Amino acid sequence: MIRNFAVLLLLLGLAGIFIHLMQGYIPATELNQSAHYYAAHSAEDLGAANIVTAIIVTYRGLDTLGEVTVLFLAATIIGMVLANGHKAQRSLQRQLPPSGELLTTASRLLTPLILLFGAYVFVNGHLTPGGGFQGGAILASAALLLLLTDPLKRFSHRLIAVVESLSGLLFIAIGVLGMVLAGGFLDSRILPTGAFGTLFSAGSIPLIYSLIGLKVGAEFTSMLNNLAETEKS
Amino acid sequence: MMDWIAMTTGFILILMGLYGALTHRNILRIIVSFTLANTGVNLVLVSVGYMLGRTAPILDKAVPMAEAVTRIIDPLPQALVLTAIVIGLGITAMMLTYAYKLYEAKGSLDIASYRELKW
Repeated sequence: MIRNFAVLLLLLGLAGIFIHLMQGYIPATELNQSAHYYAAHSAEDLGAANIVTAIIVTYRGLDTLGEVTVLFLAATIIGMVLANGHKAQRSLQRQLPPSGELLTTASRLLTPLILLFGAYVFVNGHLTPGGGFQGGAILASAALLLLLTDPLKRFSHRLIAVVESLSGLLFIAIGVLGMVLAGGFLDSRILPTGAFGTLFSAGSIPLIYSLIGLKVGAEFTSMLNNLAETEKS
Repeated sequence: MMDWIAMTTGFILILMGLYGALTHRNILRIIVSFTLANTGVNLVLVSVGYMLGRTAPILDKAVPMAEAVTRIIDPLPQALVLTAIVIGLGITAMMLTYAYKLYEAKGSLDIASYRELKW
């Protein structure tokens, strides 16, 4: 009772702070300095139609590298924690019921389409809303659908590891190339900017975002894989 | 108006998430509450970048390059929230993993049965 009262008191205090914040909030009518710079220069300098992508991949590319690293660490820790003590994995004791004709057939039809859509989203990240992280999540959702269809399905750890480390290495290599050929680490202008608004434009941004997409997809799939392997009888 | 609605919803989600995390005893419910609060934080951050009468920071025929500065909303909070969403997903997956390990160790998801860190 006293505990709940303390919780309520804490939340009331927080709500008071939030209300105070909202009362003092004045919506901006002009872009602030950094946003103004991005809006004015990203299309001209980098050739990316999607300014958010330009910020994520080039202006704040180092942050994105850190983000991908954090995600990689999370996937690795999940693998480590779950693998511990699972060496002698028992086989499934009970028979799983079949997943049904509808789900099986639909997943056979949908999986390639979902993979294609994921690739479309991350390849077009510099033109349309979307990008590597979103595309990667879509790729992993195909893996989730396959797992729903057949809970005992396992994706090859080796393939996931190869895709993930290759795309990570290439990402870093492109970053270092930016240092050699252009202005600095992860500078996307190592390739010609191209015609604005076309697929092959914006320098190396589509390349980097595709690699991020593959890496994120592989990481999410490995998370799903590891969590699915905990399924026991 | 839109930004007020989004911001209020975000703050309410944060409060709901914290309330759930502090009062529930089941670890899975606590994890769900944390993701709720996480969503609220993201919503508040995005709503701060909203500006009345402006459009998404993507340049095309409707928003030509020359008018970008006066036509688009602040792209920075969006980039920030994209990062936050991805990290939030990683954190959620890790929380679920540890919940699984805890269940494996003691066969219970009740937070009250884990007394090791209690003083």
